[in-house]
Amino acid sequence: MSFVPGQPVTAVVQRIEIQKLRQNDHLILGFSIGGGIDQDPGQNPFSEDKTDKGIYVTRVSEGGPAELAGLQIGDKIMQVNGWDMTMVTHDQARKRLTKKNEQVVRLLVTRKSLEDAVRHSMSNYPK
Amino acid sequence: MDTESTYSGYSYYSGRSRGSHRHGERSRDRHKSRSKDSRSEKSVTINAPPAEPLLGDSTVRGEEVQDDNWGETTTAVTGTSEHSLSQEDIVRITKDLEDSVGLDCRRYFTLTLAVVLGLLVFLTPLAFLVLPHLLWPEKLQSCGTACEGLFISVAFKLLILLLAVWALFFRPPRAGLPRVFVFRALLAVLVLLFVVSYWLFYGVRILDSQDENYQGIVQYAVSLVDALLFIHYLAIVLLELRQLQPCFSVCVTRSTDGETRQYNLGQLSIQRAALAIVENYYRDFPVHNPALLTASKSRAAKHLAGLKVYNVDGPGNNAAAGLAHSQSRAMIAAAARRRDTSHNELYYEEAEHERRVRKRKARLVVAVEEAFTHIKRMQEEEQKKAPGDVMDPREAAQAIFPSMARALQKYLRTTKQQHCHSMESIQQHLAFCITNNMTPKAFLESYLTPGPTLQYSRDRWLARQWTLISEASVTSGLKDGAVFLLKCIDFSLVVTAKKIPYIQMSEEYIDPKSHKFVLRLQSETSV
Repeated sequence: MSFVPGQPVTAVVQRIEIQKLRQNDHLILGFSIGGGIDQDPGQNPFSEDKTDKGIYVTRVSEGGPAELAGLQIGDKIMQVNGWDMTMVTHDQARKRLTKKNEQVVRLLVTRKSLEDAVRHSMSNYPK
Repeated sequence: MDTESTYSGYSYYSGRSRGSHRHGERSRDRHKSRSKDSRSEKSVTINAPPAEPLLGDSTVRGEEVQDDNWGETTTAVTGTSEHSLSQEDIVRITKDLEDSVGLDCRRYFTLTLAVVLGLLVFLTPLAFLVLPHLLWPEKLQSCGTACEGLFISVAFKLLILLLAVWALFFRPPRAGLPRVFVFRALLAVLVLLFVVSYWLFYGVRILDSQDENYQGIVQYAVSLVDALLFIHYLAIVLLELRQLQPCFSVCVTRSTDGETRQYNLGQLSIQRAALAIVENYYRDFPVHNPALLTASKSRAAKHLAGLKVYNVDGPGNNAAAGLAHSQSRAMIAAAARRRDTSHNELYYEEAEHERRVRKRKARLVVAVEEAFTHIKRMQEEEQKKAPGDVMDPREAAQAIFPSMARALQKYLRTTKQQHCHSMESIQQHLAFCITNNMTPKAFLESYLTPGPTLQYSRDRWLARQWTLISEASVTSGLKDGAVFLLKCIDFSLVVTAKKIPYIQMSEEYIDPKSHKFVLRLQSETSV
């Protein structure tokens, strides 16, 4: 989850596809984000590394499109429709997610349980 | 106390030069120590000469036998006393002892020495100038203008020297210290040597050879006066300036109730440091109140009284050592079991006492405030118009005193301060407060908290004569870790000195423009 400046970031990610839902006049996804390079990373309750300025999912509304698609609270969003989310400001992230002419957003998210699962499964196989 | 003689052996027995007064001091202190031992058995024996603080203390100790009503009956000394004195006798003996000679012999001796030395020093330059005129006037060259100018300079310098020496050495002393003042003695010796060497030179080179060069002689006299002024400057630095820079931090603790204060002192000898500490004691420490110590003493007595351990085996028993060990262990175990109740008692007793004091204080404050409303200051115009029932401050105080007297007396009894304040002193204080337009709160302040010793009248001090007890010589300087005692009859002040550490300070410059701030946010947006 944390990164070393200058080195490529590697993570085990899950692809999540969310269909936007029309509600009154807006298209909503059903979750809230927090974080960004202009925010204070120390106050993020979901990050493991408190210097991580990435975009995190802070709330998933019940029964919303995000929950249906499998997004979980505490996930870190790495990409939105191909756009990088690891080095964006909070407002840029919001804009990428709420584009009016997009009906679907395809996210790449990572969470700790994914890493653990992969490591666990790798260790089971003898070399 | 036998520890006293070994502890202070240096300061008592090595000052042989001081002769007879030392013996007088020693015998007086031995008398004091003897009568102190007998005092612990609650009997008063009076040796000659009677030591007045001893009796003053036993009248307070009489309170242990009686209850709080002691404040009303101030005349008798209780306990098994062979003689009984009234309060007036004690005060009279106090005055007699103060007026009579004690260390005055030594003071007059040093004073006469100083005066003789001063006269010698003052008259020497004048003698230098006058002797050639007396002894070989015809051979002497006449004094030109430059020489007469030197006369003026000699005159003024002598005048300044006279004033300066009076200011530094001849003012009335503030205190009597046990040992001679080392720096003053050294300076006196230096001055004497100086003057003697000048006289020697004068006698050999000028008187014997009958020098005609009068200007040279006058210049010689001027150089003597200059040198004396420089020695006086050295004296100022040694005696006054050297101790101004703080070098040691001393911690002073009173042995009876643990009151502690810290002071910063410069480089002083132990006796001068003790003097500075005693002067600060009168200002900073609350007055010593022996009545407040009775509670802990009775608790200690109860602890000891509860356990009696008997040795049933013979004294020559081999197992006596082991038995003593097991005895003490048994005592400690029994005491530990007993202590389950005594701390409980202490807690509830203190809470009860606290509650009682606060209740009495509330009643007192209300009574005093009400009493003060009965009095109103008359203005100037009213005084001329209505000369009716006009009172001066003393009468006004006497008029309103009865309404608060009872509450005040009860409060003083509860806080065990009733022996510090007499009715006369309370009325005086009341008149003083009325005259100066003080509020009831200001009037009560001196009764609610025990004030410094100087606030009370002299006979309540219980701290008049001080004895300095120190392992190091009292004329040696203060050192890091020095410990000495200032003993009074009832308590002692334990003084420890610590050196103030060397302070290394460095500088850091912060540009005023470099104060910048950022806002730290954590916002959450729903998408």
